[in-house]
Amino acid sequence: MKIDFQHRQAAHCENGVTSNLLRFYGVNLSEPMIFGIGSGCFFSHMFFYRVNGMAVTSFRVWPGIIFSRVTRKLNIQVKRVKFSNPDKAMLELDRIIEKGIPVGLLVGVFNLPYFPKEYRFHFNAHNITIIGKEDDAYLVSDPVMEHFEKISFSDLKKVRFAKGTHPPKGRMYYITSVPESIDIKPAIISGIQKTAKDMLTIPLPMFGVKGIRFMAKKMRRWPEKYGQKLAALNLSQVIRMLEEIGTGGAGFRFIYAAFLQESAEILDKPWLNDVSREMTEVGDAWREFAYQAGRHFKNRNNEKISYDSLADMLMAIADKEEKVFKQLRSVQP
Amino acid sequence: MKIEEVPQDGAFFVEGRISDLYYVVDDKGQYTKVTSKGWAPKNDAIRLAWDRIYENAEEIRQKVLSGSLSPIALYMELNIMDVNILAGYMGLSRRNVRKHLKMKGFKKLSPGLIKRYADVLNQTTDELTDMERIRRIEFKHED
Repeated sequence: MKIDFQHRQAAHCENGVTSNLLRFYGVNLSEPMIFGIGSGCFFSHMFFYRVNGMAVTSFRVWPGIIFSRVTRKLNIQVKRVKFSNPDKAMLELDRIIEKGIPVGLLVGVFNLPYFPKEYRFHFNAHNITIIGKEDDAYLVSDPVMEHFEKISFSDLKKVRFAKGTHPPKGRMYYITSVPESIDIKPAIISGIQKTAKDMLTIPLPMFGVKGIRFMAKKMRRWPEKYGQKLAALNLSQVIRMLEEIGTGGAGFRFIYAAFLQESAEILDKPWLNDVSREMTEVGDAWREFAYQAGRHFKNRNNEKISYDSLADMLMAIADKEEKVFKQLRSVQP
Repeated sequence: MKIEEVPQDGAFFVEGRISDLYYVVDDKGQYTKVTSKGWAPKNDAIRLAWDRIYENAEEIRQKVLSGSLSPIALYMELNIMDVNILAGYMGLSRRNVRKHLKMKGFKKLSPGLIKRYADVLNQTTDELTDMERIRRIEFKHED
């Protein structure tokens, strides 16, 4: 059986699943809208929290937050379940899709059969939607894929119960009811305010604009602290996070810029277009950083690009982001 | 980023199946979507990560051939796992998994446990225990 579900590719998995699920229930919101309302744009450099031995740098909020914020703000009721027993988790999934309800799943990336091998790693916060079952295979709408994919029962069970940092524990979620009319304007305003607040005011050094400066400071010391080889690897890790599959740091800045542009029209606030353009410049600056960093670890003898000069680029980016979010903080209904 | 700046540096993606989606501005400054086959700096970062895995794997392979480490240690590295992740998948304590990473501990494993290790490490039982195969393995990128 197959649910009549429209698949649209997205830059980022959680935006994509949320947007696709909402569209199924007649709520048409673009990926940037979802990202903006869910206050997805963020920065954190968590040196103490390691995956494969390297610090985690993230350009967005924690996985799962975008979906819960968007549904909460739009008054959409959802049901969320997690499991300790894999067989029960699979039975419950079957029971729900049998009713014609598309189901969002949190899965690990590593054993997803349709992912290129090089892109696989033990990342446990990927989102997909299951939209049917044919014989022993489930039909998948995975937002980073161009079309529907299939996954076998045993593979799906494996990725739902992936192990490692933050195991997904078979988590699944689906929409149970949608209000008759939805006013997205207040949701947009509060989404912008929340992002601006988080980027500017969290009193810890590793979050928001401060987090970018914090990473810059740490980066200057990488070569003496880790040695050239490990420093390069750490840098490549930041770039992988920056440009990870289904978008990364620069990508998130561009999505946010697209959101601001769309909001400018919906809210009739033309000044948001100017901020959108500045945000595009921020994205471009992150890409330039990734490009220069890439040159550094590809050609390790390149004297001109030092960790100091990369850190300087980060400091400049932090200033730009600070300017953008200071303007956005003043947004009023 | 503008439409014409979207990189198309193919490397790891399968065309027509998986790609990156970019939000970019057109010549009127309007945001639109364009797919990308990949971007060189990102491909380089991925290659660097795999180079390191292959380097470690080669070291481990030598130790397997000399009889100190077990094939599990090798396939653990190639599956980008650490003891923590592998123990999680196996439902064993880290202490026990560490024992099985040594050839001495590996030789004492029951056929049932070998089969479970093989499943978790995406190998068949025969592949996992085939020392001839490990002798022949060469690590290189598949592109």
